[in-house]
Amino acid sequence: MTLAEIRFVLPDFRLAGAEIFLLFMICVILIVELFVAKKGSETARKTAHALAQLALAGSAALICTANASGVALRTFSNTFVSDPIADVLKLAIILAVSLSFLYSSAKLPGRAALAKAEFYALTLVATLGMMVIVSAGSFMTLYLGVELLSLPVYALVALDRDSASATEAGMKYFVLGALASGLLLYGISMIYGATGSLDAVTVAGRLFSPRGNRIVAAFGVVFLVAGIAFKLGAAPFHMWVPDVYQGAPTPVTLLVASAPKIALFGFAVRALPGALAALSQDWQAMLLVISATSIAVGNVAAIAQTNVKRMLAYSSIAHTGFVLLGLSVGVVDGSAANMINAYSASLFYVLVYALSSLGAFGILLLLPGSEGEGDISALAGLGARNPLLAAALATLMFSMAGIPFLAGFFAKFSVLVAVVAAGSVWLAVFAVFFSLVGVFYYLRVVRYLYFDSAAPFGHAANIEAPAFLKALAAANALAVALLGVFPNALMAVCVYALSRSIFM
Amino acid sequence: MEFKTFVFYFLAMTLIYAAARVVTLRNPVHAALHLVLAFFSASGVWMLLEAEFLAVALVFVYVGSVAVLFLFVVMMFDVGADHLREGFRKNLPVAALVASLMLIEMGCTLWLRFSTSAERALPHAGAGYSNVKVVGRLLFTQYAYPFELASVVLLTGVVAAVALTLRGRRAGRSANPSEQTLVNPRDRIRVVEMRLDRPGAENDLKGGE
Repeated sequence: MTLAEIRFVLPDFRLAGAEIFLLFMICVILIVELFVAKKGSETARKTAHALAQLALAGSAALICTANASGVALRTFSNTFVSDPIADVLKLAIILAVSLSFLYSSAKLPGRAALAKAEFYALTLVATLGMMVIVSAGSFMTLYLGVELLSLPVYALVALDRDSASATEAGMKYFVLGALASGLLLYGISMIYGATGSLDAVTVAGRLFSPRGNRIVAAFGVVFLVAGIAFKLGAAPFHMWVPDVYQGAPTPVTLLVASAPKIALFGFAVRALPGALAALSQDWQAMLLVISATSIAVGNVAAIAQTNVKRMLAYSSIAHTGFVLLGLSVGVVDGSAANMINAYSASLFYVLVYALSSLGAFGILLLLPGSEGEGDISALAGLGARNPLLAAALATLMFSMAGIPFLAGFFAKFSVLVAVVAAGSVWLAVFAVFFSLVGVFYYLRVVRYLYFDSAAPFGHAANIEAPAFLKALAAANALAVALLGVFPNALMAVCVYALSRSIFM
Repeated sequence: MEFKTFVFYFLAMTLIYAAARVVTLRNPVHAALHLVLAFFSASGVWMLLEAEFLAVALVFVYVGSVAVLFLFVVMMFDVGADHLREGFRKNLPVAALVASLMLIEMGCTLWLRFSTSAERALPHAGAGYSNVKVVGRLLFTQYAYPFELASVVLLTGVVAAVALTLRGRRAGRSANPSEQTLVNPRDRIRVVEMRLDRPGAENDLKGGE
């Protein structure tokens, strides 16, 4: 049998150049680790870190050059899509992972269980999975991307195997994550049964045609949406979020809380408006319930937390609710006029959230000793101990709370504008009410920073951390502040990316 | 009833029975064996659909290696599944209610949809038709990208398993004769004089242990 006989079309490898390069570098990191220095030494970790950053930078460069046409291109028998939204999400993911590597270099040297090449290799595999998700052209690649993202993250959560809380969190994450994968697969199999295809464009076309089997597909949508909500950690599928955020070592929490949210937003956009636009009534109603529950549960439950990591976990549930809220008001009465507005608001929201959550967990990592493990008393008197970090953390908290003229405010505002434009004023009121409830626990952090004394807790008078990491944290907070004043550039990118992409 | 239909129902019922036993049996070894039975029945169903390659692959891969691996693990570690069943009785009524509601709803939806559509005859393949060839061709052309991704998932599994379990090279238990001959008795034992008639000597003994 010759190549011509099997009608094999050589794929356009250039479009997937970033993924291929990243995979190559993962293998390089794993091999180099065998030969460089002594295993577990600081040199070995630094080498792996440098290679990982190189891999990310190279991938980012390849993404920028691969498809500059601004047109959606498909290759690998349509299982791979390269379009502006994929590029934007991939660059954001790479930036988030790169920042989380930098932040975690503050704590890794002291933790032998984490400071090894596998930490970097596994994180990069997760990054690869996220990149696969956001440029997936079929349900098959979407699912494989999710697995490629989840598997290394389960291992990363449990990587510190001498810590009982980390292994328990890893186990819990693994079991619930496997359940979510099962839900996703079940939903995908239903959609395949209804349409006879896994390809996103074909599925969309067949569902719009009068012969499309809508009921069975709607059935699949139920499971698909539940699976996405599970993976995103939206209520009522949020049980794993607080335990995993708190139990995992902070460098891993930092990772779990940032980049995957962006990737799963990509999943939702590819699967729901992308492939299942014909069923927008069904999934929008589901997303609406999920997002309203998430906003309520996240904000109310966060009040009772005394651990910052756990509190930020509940806050992430609430933020996820806002992201999904934007996705649930795209199509109004069969008209897609509100679509670009709503989805770009969601995209803006998820990007800003990832940035603020990176900053917040990053600052926790800079705290000395075990203070980074999240007990809220560790923050007491930080305003006096290190005014720069305290100001940065306060800015991030204000932004997350949605205090005006910070990025978080503008993100919430644009989602709510889209919700109101869709005619659901009561929903906007509901979201605003619970956001106000949420302000309480963000301000409590600020109270610890500035109005509590460090003395009763016996904290050291100043924070020992590399100067460039302190500068990075400050720059991170500054970026969040500036994005609130000048949101237009990023918003324009979001709108451009969404309007030029394959599913519109 | 055609004989093929009878075989299908027999296999399907065996499959459902075995799958139900996997999750309800107390003994993990029995559960693993029922899993094997479930795999066999599923491969029988595939055989009926003339997907011989997949049927054989299912038996080879799942029965031949995965299920055997399960059995090994179950037998080597004494997996006490009892703690997993705490609260089983307590949660059973609610769980059963929710599950049966879902089952009825799903049944209704799917039944309404598929009961009306006439059974379509399978496209019958000729004698020269090779299952393996078709699967292979699809795997390396249309599904080349997902196929490669699946290999990366496996690589990740290997790396993650090593990262989670390897605790450095452990020193072997074999003795090194040259080190043994070089040993100095004074390194091994030290004779300490203990006077028991001194007051508080018993405490010293306890503390010294």
